[in-house]
Amino acid sequence: MATAADDGLSWPRERSRIVRDSLGVGVATGAYGVSFGAVGVAAGLSVAQTCALSLLMFTGASQFALAGVVAAGGAPMSAAATALLLGTRNTLYGLRMAPLLGWTGWRRVAAAQILIDESTAMGVTRDSRRAARVGFLTTGVSIFVLWNAATLVGALAGASLGDPRTYGLDAAVGAAFLALLWPRLHDPANRVVAVAAAGVALGLVPLTPAGVPVLAAGGVALLAGALSRRPDATEIPEPPEPREGTP
Amino acid sequence: MTWTVLLLACAGCYLLKLAGMAVPARLLDHPVVERVADRIPVALLAALVAVQVFAAGTTLVVDARLAALGFAVVALLLRAPFLVVVFGAALVAALLRLA
Repeated sequence: MATAADDGLSWPRERSRIVRDSLGVGVATGAYGVSFGAVGVAAGLSVAQTCALSLLMFTGASQFALAGVVAAGGAPMSAAATALLLGTRNTLYGLRMAPLLGWTGWRRVAAAQILIDESTAMGVTRDSRRAARVGFLTTGVSIFVLWNAATLVGALAGASLGDPRTYGLDAAVGAAFLALLWPRLHDPANRVVAVAAAGVALGLVPLTPAGVPVLAAGGVALLAGALSRRPDATEIPEPPEPREGTP
Repeated sequence: MTWTVLLLACAGCYLLKLAGMAVPARLLDHPVVERVADRIPVALLAALVAVQVFAAGTTLVVDARLAALGFAVVALLLRAPFLVVVFGAALVAALLRLA
């Protein structure tokens, strides 16, 4: 991503370019709130619950995970715990973004809700505070608005369809998780972690109640993180191409 | 899913975001914390893929969902958009079940 310093853009022109790029990411990401809406209802959540998740939880991987564990018949607490574990990466994004954005008080409290993969990616690469703020805000707010609108559309459509299995919506959940995982598989160490975690989870399916296998696989992450010695920096997601990532 | 658990999960996810924005960086900026946090999404998403595709209650089965996952892999290799990956996979499973 070119910066103003690279090509001598004036601030108004740099700002409009950041806004344009951020809106592109926002529209592409927000639109697939439709798939969360459909999947949420297919998992057995009500339309209101599905929409509440997009409004209040607003972090896509956690939302899909909660719906996925509920769909598999897992206990509500397992579903919530899985969603929370996936939400921990937002804490690390916050550590990176807080000094860049420089907000305090109510602005920080409000900004936290739109702290997600994409808003971090579109903000963290900037070389000035005002540019970081424009990228973060434009991306975060546009995704928030569209993600919620799209969730409602998907949930209403899903609710009117009848048995979700007829439409293969249960199979769509696995595909959604794979698409979320995909960009992280560039890292060879992550591929090892992924295979090990999937193996642990499948091994536990016959032995434990639904929901537990996925949580136990989180232990693989704990082990891999504690044992690996490579001093890699926190993985801030790449500024997404329109297809990658979710809130 | 009860509303209470759902709202608690939402509150927890928000507090995780706010903590990152509000807690002094040095409290969490430990290499081991970072490495673990980096691996958590990978491990959980991979486990979720596996369970979503192969689990039926507490048994493992191979059915139309595996073909749908195969479609997703090909679509991702071809850099298809997210919605094509997800709804294409649904379509594959739906068509197989019709057959």
